Amino acid sequence: MTDSILQTSGLGIGYRPKNLAPKVVAADIDVELFPGELVCLLGPNGAGKSTLMRTLAGLQQPLAGAVDLIGRNLQDFSPAELARQLSLVLTERIDTGNLTAYSLVALGRYPYTGWSGRLSEADERVVRWALTSVGAKALANRNMIELSDGERQKIMIARALAQEPKLIVLDEPTAFLDLPRRVELMQLLRQLARETGRAILLSTHDLDLALRSADRIWLLPTGGPLQVGAPEDLVLSGAFQQTFAEIEFESHTGSFRLQPQPEVEIALVGQGLQALWTRRAMERAGFRAGNLSAQHRPRVEISEEQGQTTWHLKTIHQNHRCTSLYELVQSLHDNINQDQP
Amino acid sequence: MEDIRDIAEDPPWPDSGLRWGALIGLAMALLGSFLLSLAMGSVSIPLAEVIAILWGESPEKASWGHIVLSIRLPRALTGILAGAALSVSGLQMQTLFRNPLADPFILGISAGASLGVALVVLGTGAASAGLLINLGLGGHISLVAAAVGGAALVLGLVMAVGQRVQHAMTLLILGLMFGYLTSALVSVLLYFSIPEQIQTYVVWTLGSFGSVTWSQLRLLAPVILLGLGIAHILAKPLNALLLGPEYARSLGVGLRQSRGWIIVSAALLAGAVTAYCGPIGFLGVAVPHLCRALFRTSNHRLLLPTSAILGALLALVADLVARLPGSQATLPLNAVTSLIGAPVVTWIILRRHNLRQSFSA
Repeated sequence: MTDSILQTSGLGIGYRPKNLAPKVVAADIDVELFPGELVCLLGPNGAGKSTLMRTLAGLQQPLAGAVDLIGRNLQDFSPAELARQLSLVLTERIDTGNLTAYSLVALGRYPYTGWSGRLSEADERVVRWALTSVGAKALANRNMIELSDGERQKIMIARALAQEPKLIVLDEPTAFLDLPRRVELMQLLRQLARETGRAILLSTHDLDLALRSADRIWLLPTGGPLQVGAPEDLVLSGAFQQTFAEIEFESHTGSFRLQPQPEVEIALVGQGLQALWTRRAMERAGFRAGNLSAQHRPRVEISEEQGQTTWHLKTIHQNHRCTSLYELVQSLHDNINQDQP
Repeated sequence: MEDIRDIAEDPPWPDSGLRWGALIGLAMALLGSFLLSLAMGSVSIPLAEVIAILWGESPEKASWGHIVLSIRLPRALTGILAGAALSVSGLQMQTLFRNPLADPFILGISAGASLGVALVVLGTGAASAGLLINLGLGGHISLVAAAVGGAALVLGLVMAVGQRVQHAMTLLILGLMFGYLTSALVSVLLYFSIPEQIQTYVVWTLGSFGSVTWSQLRLLAPVILLGLGIAHILAKPLNALLLGPEYARSLGVGLRQSRGWIIVSAALLAGAVTAYCGPIGFLGVAVPHLCRALFRTSNHRLLLPTSAILGALLALVADLVARLPGSQATLPLNAVTSLIGAPVVTWIILRRHNLRQSFSA
């Protein structure tokens, strides 16, 4: 295995309020980051995700233990040295004024340029490469004010790339983005990690996306300890269920259940995509769909009638025909008493 | 539209060099207004004669030589230095505090400098004939030192408190309060002064480039050139600070060091000008905004030189207007800069939507 880029040993994180005892958020953190790896830090609000990110990025002092970056204690780096190894993308939306995307990415060359900040031919090449890598070549001449949130985030990542660091740390980069933009961004980050051999660490609330794209997950429950593993490992070990106990993590689907486990069971007859989404609709309405005997009532049967999907809700006395899932949900609410199994 | 841009192999990559054309154009305009301010005034002197006098030839009328060389030239040079100094000082403060309305006058830095001046002049009981005229060289150095010290003190205080409060408007109110506080101290000093001193002090607060003599320029010029030199070197960290302190640090900026130098430079510039020309309003806040709007950039490598030149240009123009050429009367300089500056600041506030985007206000 290759050498790790970042390594912590017995790391304790938290705050040192003035004149008060230090407030430890999480302790005994031993983690490593390897080249080419995309790692997602997950955890409920208040567990200390931001504190951990800030400590690893050198913005905050550790309370105990040490952070080693390329085999050297983080505290021993000067700001200029650190900037060549580690770059940051923060949650906070930065208002940069009258800067074009190109000049913003060019700021990433700060650790490499002379006192005047003038870009050499080589610096210009890196800036162009960074813009191209994030697929934002067309935005180069646009003013930052004109860009959408997703485009801005890409430019900020290009800036982080232009620093040519070993490690890029992103604090909730997907926070202000819509779903397609989030998926796009995660794909981009994964691809960047693979292709450029850098380690990328990001914190996120996007459980689903993190489970699908991260090489490893750091899971930080409130009060610790930090758990590390491939996403699937953590699902199997039950770490997710523990960390997100109040919102019922569903191990089978890797997502959250919005409703508590429904009590009333209804037979569902049908196949394929229709059956899958009918099940979802029924669960949303508060019913459990089961594969039950032909005699079970109530039951929902899916059928094709003249090329149109129809649903029949059969209770002991009645048969309701529905032409959409919306109607079916209405019908379920009207006809079935949820309190009595 | 999007598609066409995407298909293009390589976009025209922007040129990140300096815009020399713009700089030279501005410099030419400055030269023009410099010559005009030598030619115009209560006595009108032909431009050809002015140039001849500057070349060392004797003019048509002997008095013209005296007017140009002893009165108008130091005045114009002072205007250039002061305009450049206040604008660059304002630009640095706007970036440092990430606040579009920051400038030496608004943040109370000039008031701090005034306090220094008042302490020296009123405290040492300087002669009443003129506020600054009867001081020896040692007196001048202590005057400038006191003004720069007062400016740095207020700037440091605003900075220290500003780190605790994030909101931009809070910072402005703080600056106002520091301004009131120092003004109050000045008025206490004034209360115990003799009427002549009070009058000269009040005249000084109206602002003027005309009271600076050649011997005073010998101290003023090097101090301002030093401040401008430091500011020029700070262009790189100032650019990084556009992203806010945390990004700046992650880019390798030594925050404490950079902020320290910015304060030194801004205090030297604002303090020295205030000591000699009085607290001059609005140039510091207006000029950087005009430059950003003119050149559509926030890059300090361009903003610093253009602000200096445009500031010098506007200072000369304001002084020319204040002298009311062709008449014997003059207006207070501060009245003229306010007439230029107040609409600009109003325009900034009215475009607050835009302002929010330019700064995290």
